[in-house]
Amino acid sequence: MDIPEVKRVSAVKRDHLARLAKEGKRPDGRGPDEYRPIKIERNVIKKAEGSARVKIGNTMVLAGIKLEVGEPYPDSPEEGAMSTSAELPPLASPEFEPGPPKPDAIELARVVDRGIRESKYIQLDKLCIEPGEKVWIVFIDLHVLDYDGNLFDACSLAASAALQKAVIPNERYGFGDNEPLPVTSPPVSCTFVKYEDFIVVDPNLDEEQIAQARFTVALDKNGDIRAMQKGLKGSFTIEEIKNNIKRAQIHAQKIRKLLEE
Amino acid sequence: MLIKDGIRMDGRKPDELRPIKIEAGVLYRADGSCYLEWGGNKIMAAVYGPREALPRHIQDPTKAIVNARYNMASFSVEERKRPGPDRRSTEISKVTSEALESVIFTELFPRTTIDVCIEVLDAEAGTRCAGITAAAVALADAGIPMRDLPVACAAGKIDGTVVLDLSSEEDKEGEADLPVAIAPRNEEILLLQMDGHLTYKEFEEALDLAIKGCKEVAKLQRKALLNKYKTFEVE
Repeated sequence: MDIPEVKRVSAVKRDHLARLAKEGKRPDGRGPDEYRPIKIERNVIKKAEGSARVKIGNTMVLAGIKLEVGEPYPDSPEEGAMSTSAELPPLASPEFEPGPPKPDAIELARVVDRGIRESKYIQLDKLCIEPGEKVWIVFIDLHVLDYDGNLFDACSLAASAALQKAVIPNERYGFGDNEPLPVTSPPVSCTFVKYEDFIVVDPNLDEEQIAQARFTVALDKNGDIRAMQKGLKGSFTIEEIKNNIKRAQIHAQKIRKLLEE
Repeated sequence: MLIKDGIRMDGRKPDELRPIKIEAGVLYRADGSCYLEWGGNKIMAAVYGPREALPRHIQDPTKAIVNARYNMASFSVEERKRPGPDRRSTEISKVTSEALESVIFTELFPRTTIDVCIEVLDAEAGTRCAGITAAAVALADAGIPMRDLPVACAAGKIDGTVVLDLSSEEDKEGEADLPVAIAPRNEEILLLQMDGHLTYKEFEEALDLAIKGCKEVAKLQRKALLNKYKTFEVE
């Protein structure tokens, strides 16, 4: 029997956040355009071809990269392939349940995937071993460890950081020495939520739980748009969406600096 | 050749553990948590509960259900593992739940579950022992009443010699593996598995060694817990 997911937010908390929002304040004292502290650590998993642990405030995710030899897709016989999945294990939150990925986890993985794929961050054309026969398949696995809101940006950042220093495991397959995974410049994702007509970047869990609408945009190094996703049941005005993108362009530049450090 | 002149391939003596690092209370959302590195193993454990058991029909009106879930991250092994439980992890989850349940005062929390999540993030032989050891610290961090702090360690046999805490090469090439979990105060056996080939005499020797290993690891568990909670002392 499936238990419907209940998002329990107490009336007191909801009122409190609404009252703060009217004054332009957030529950943890941040301004509407303030990220929580971001921390990136690379190469934390020995068995993975690349890895990164990212913390945004109390949210913590781990991205691991594995490469396998496989067959190319028929429509791109000379290109490698990539596949992104996200696990929301019950370790990370009292609300997460074991079992196959639920729609939330699938949406998360697909949004991260689109940012990387559309910005051509992984040079898939350099991952061909034998045209039409053998190519490298890059698996990006996102493992959430502590969920306190904004998994979209944390996972996207972890994936970008992990890919940045990943290697092609030639040795394991007897193809010679390992070499760096060919990548260009990473996409940077920015997420906003809207509650009480207040739009904030990098929502924490409380804000996410009362959010009416969510918006994620992935930007390349020129600030051009490579992927977007509007989520949840509420709506944004056209002006709000445009404004979100402009706000994201400023945030993305700062976050990109952290990736380049 | 796995052992030469009493020295193993990674330079350890037969009765020597790999380096171990334990940290308690590392996660924000979990009621209790532990991060553990044991050789090349990296384990994150979290405890939630006691909380209402759902759906209701699984509730036990006399006690809490202890529900451990051992899960390997897909990138934790050489060949990418498909996410989700397989037969191996299902078995490990079962024996781990049973081992932990035997020390927990479950009768204090009827109709609840105590969920223990063990995530293997990087794997290098001995993950089930590392998982139980981390889970025990997470349980203590969550304030779950227990009659002892369980701890686990394996012994095995390589080139005819009984050794402590097999490395991944020794596990693959060796002759036997004997993971053991105990309640260290009175040396009760909470978990025991074995595969390979041991004579009765070798088994006695391996069990003694595993218990000795457990007791050494137990000291590190206590140190990790003291480390976390000493900062709460009133000065």
